[in-house]
Order: sequence, then structure tokens, then C-alpha cells
Amino acid sequence: MSIKEKEQQVIEEFGLFDDWMDKYNYLIELGKELPLLDESLKVEKYLISGCQAQVWLHAGFRDGKVVFTADSDALITKGIVALLIRVLSGHSPQEILESDLSFIDEIGLKEHLSQTRSNGLVNMIKQMRLYAMAFQAKSIGNQ
Amino acid sequence: MPLNPEQIRKDFPALHQQVNGRDLVYLDNAATTQKPQQVIDRLQRYYTTENSNIHRGAHFLSQQATEAYEGARKTIRGFLNAPHERQVIFTRGTTESINLVASSFCKKFVQAGDEVLVSAMEHHSNIVPWQIACQDRQARLKVIPINDRGELLMDEYRELLNNRTRIVAVTHVSNALGSINPIREMIRLAHEKDIPVLIDGAQAVPHLSVDVQELDCDFYCISAHKMYGPMGVGVLYGKEEWLEKLPPYQGGGEMIRDVRFSGTTYNELPFKFEAGTPNVGDVLGMEAAVKYLQQFDAGDLAAYEEQLLHYALEQLQAFEQIRFVGSAEMRTGVVSFLFEDIHPYDTGTILDKMGIAVRTGHHCAQPLMEFFGIPGTVRVSLGIYNTRAEIDALVEGLKIVRNMFG
Ligand SMILES: Cc1ncc(COP(=O)(O)O)c(C=O)c1O
Repeated sequence: MSIKEKEQQVIEEFGLFDDWMDKYNYLIELGKELPLLDESLKVEKYLISGCQAQVWLHAGFRDGKVVFTADSDALITKGIVALLIRVLSGHSPQEILESDLSFIDEIGLKEHLSQTRSNGLVNMIKQMRLYAMAFQAKSIGNQ
Repeated sequence: MPLNPEQIRKDFPALHQQVNGRDLVYLDNAATTQKPQQVIDRLQRYYTTENSNIHRGAHFLSQQATEAYEGARKTIRGFLNAPHERQVIFTRGTTESINLVASSFCKKFVQAGDEVLVSAMEHHSNIVPWQIACQDRQARLKVIPINDRGELLMDEYRELLNNRTRIVAVTHVSNALGSINPIREMIRLAHEKDIPVLIDGAQAVPHLSVDVQELDCDFYCISAHKMYGPMGVGVLYGKEEWLEKLPPYQGGGEMIRDVRFSGTTYNELPFKFEAGTPNVGDVLGMEAAVKYLQQFDAGDLAAYEEQLLHYALEQLQAFEQIRFVGSAEMRTGVVSFLFEDIHPYDTGTILDKMGIAVRTGHHCAQPLMEFFGIPGTVRVSLGIYNTRAEIDALVEGLKIVRNMFG
């Protein structure tokens, strides 16, 4: 499935909820399911700071695809992190760099990506793109 | 006469709106308060008919604006009971007032090896300016510790005052915990050793009546926006002897007497510290806010907020897993708490969905959060227009939070 198709799938899932509480309950569920980062990776090096909620992000590169794992200390943030990982992980750097992640807006969670929320999400997306760029540069270098 | 919050609410247009489909419940007053119509009208009147640059033109509008601006200084002199208008300096707010003193005072009176004393519960704006100044002077910043109720340790304070201490800078009321510090005693102790004291009064003036002469503080700093006035304006009060001795903070128009390339002489107080065109409109708005507050009896106001605080504490105590952060004997209407099993950010997000505005996070007091070993708190801060019904709405909101995460 392409990134766009996955985004469409998320939009359809969220289309089923008719009030905010169901939507947030779902996010909380997603947050609880996200495979936790290994404790050894919950270190300063992988920490993306936002002054309220913290996010840890790890990226690996296998067979030309970027694999992300992440965690957050706040559950709603973690739920959104889970959505971002579901959409972006397992794709090539090029695909990741071309994505616009407009699904976040469409499912009504845009506010969580505003800088004022300072929950680490904005910086996490930036960091995901930086990883993609770095892996891309590396694989070009290897060719 | 007891306060009538229902009547007061009518003065605040911003309270009467819906947020996320619910009636707004505004409980973030320590961050900034809403503004009464009287303040909004004053701003509008200034820009509609009075706008002009002050202390300059001989024309009618300029003269009128100058008189209004200097009139506001008189009103604020009275509000703080400063001896003279010369001692009331308009600034951008508490932050600028503190920066002014930290910069000018340390430049002249602090040498390598000297000490500046702040407390563990300071807002970043009463830490960082001193850090910068100390770094510049190779001086040391010392910290008065607190206990786990959020009260300053007075014995330690006494010991920290020594012959290297050049100035003490401490908050009157903590923004994160609401603790009221025993500043009168602290000032007395510092003065025994001839050490001046700066008080950060940002969180005090909206709740307590302040008399700078009775306190005998050397500097007192406030922001209009936390006391129902406009943003971007505040005051530095200072004792005349200190203000005379301090070098100017910023250079520019207004603050000079004569400018020659061979040397410039400075204007007298308070203009020496008011470089450039001041924020006239907001100064007049601040005056309107002071007049608004002055129509109430300070005792009635404090009694009402205290009642509401106790009601809130009582209601919140019923929750499972709640941890209160700060429980000082003397405090204003601030409740900082968190659920042990729920991140404050999650709590704040769900409350926001229900139209309830609280502050979550570290409240610009990271050293304080570190002391308590927490990422932050949920802070409920009360103002004169809050009601029991709003506390009930908060409690309902928190029940939903517990249901969703608990
Ligand atoms: C105790 C305290 N000091 C200083 C400040 C800074 O005030 P301002 O941002 O208005 O300059 C605040 C505001 O949050 C405060 O609560």
C-alpha cells in the first residue's frame, strides 16, 4: 500500500466516529498498542523535546525502506505517533520525503501539530524527514 | 459587601463565548486574565480620539495625551502606594522590569565573586536575567531552597545572606503553586545586612493589596495583563535612591536631556528609564484596569477567591490518584495537580475539548518541576469572575478524563 492509500485508510477509519470522544478514545487505544521502544532506546539521543510531552523516535534502514519505532509519555501524543508510524514506516526515503501528511488535518487533529502545543510532534515529523534524507544520501553514496 | 461574580462576569465580553461547542470555562488566569469592557473602551477611546506622541508636540492632542499618560502614572503610584510618581517606570511588563534592574544594577554593583540570591520557585523571567548578568560579572547565582509544600526555607535563607550577597530577587506569589512568600520578613532580614530586594509581583497584584512602602522593598515589578489590563505593559517601582544610582538601561529618545557627540546627559526620573515612544494606549488601559480593581474592596476580593479555592480543593480531593503540587499555608487561588497515572498534557487536551481552559506543562518554572520530580502539572488559576459552577464543570471534565484514561 502506498503512503497515500494508507492515509486514505486512516481517514476512512476516523470517518466512522461521530463525536470527539470516540475519536480520542480510539487514539488512546492506538497509543496503548504501539510497540514500546526498547528502554535502551529511550535515551537523550532519540528524544525529541517538546516542552510538555516527550517523544522518542528511532529509525532503521532495511532493503531500501525506513523503519520507524517511537514512544511518548503522553497517550494522546502516542496515539498520533502511532498513526504517523503506520503511514510512513516501511517506505522508501523518496516516498517519505514526498508525502504531505494531509490526513492529520482531514481527521481533525491538526491542532496537535501546532507549535504552541509543544508536544514534540512537529519536531518528530521534522526528524522523520531528516532521517529519510540521511538514508537517501547514504544509499546514493553506496551506489 | 461580598463580591457578586455574576455581575462582574457581565463586564468581561470574552467570557461569553463557546469553545469547542461548550460554554467557555476560563481557569487560566495566572497566564493572563480576560479584560473588562472598561479597559477595552479605554483603548478604543485613546486610538479613536486621543492618539498622539507625548512629551513632544506643543499641539492640543499631544498635550492631552501627555496629561493622560502622566495621569496614569499617578493612578498607579496610588495603587502601589509609591511615595512619588518619579518612582513608577513604565515597561513592557514584569520581564522587562526585571531585566532592567538585573542589567543596570549588576553592571554597577556586582563584581566577580559576588552573589545574587533568587528562590527555587521563580518564574524563568526572574532567573534568566540574573543568570545572564551574573555570567557577565562572573558572579554566582544562589538559590533559596523550598520544602515539599512549596514554601521557602527561611533558615536557609538567613544563612545564604552574607557579605557577598549584592541583591535578593524573589517572587511575591508563585505562579505555579500560588504560594505567598513572607516577603516582608525576607526584606527586613536582607536590609539588616544592607542588601536590596527586588520583588516579582506579577502574580500578587491581581489578588492582594500591595503597599510598597509598608513592604519596604527596593524594587517591585508587575504586568498589566495579569490584572485585567492589556498585554505589553507593566511597571517597575523602585526606591528613589536606587533608581538615581542605576545607569540607564536602554538609550534613545525621551531618556536624554542633551545629546552631543562629545557626550550625552540623561533625563531625570522616571524618563531616564523610558527610552523611545512609550506604549501610551496600553498604559491608559492599565490605568483603567487599576480603576476597575479599585472599585472592589481588596478584602472582599481576597475572601471570595479564598472561598472558591477551598471549594475547588474540596471537590478535587475526591479524585483517585490525584497529587497536589504545592500546599503552602499562605496561598492565592491556584491549584496545581496531576493524576499519577495520566500525563498532564492528556488531561489538558481533554479539558480543552470540553471548553475548559487550564494550563498544563512546567509553567516556565522548570527548576521547580525538577524539584518535585514531575514533567509538569495541570494548573487551575482563579480570577474575580470565576464561579462555583465553573469548578463543577471542571470536576465533570476531570471525571471524563479519568474514565477515558483511568
Ligand atoms: C511570577 C511571574 N513572574 C514573571 C512573569 C512574567 O511576566 P510577563 O510575561 O508579563 O513579563 C510571570 C508571567 O507568567 C509570572 O507569573
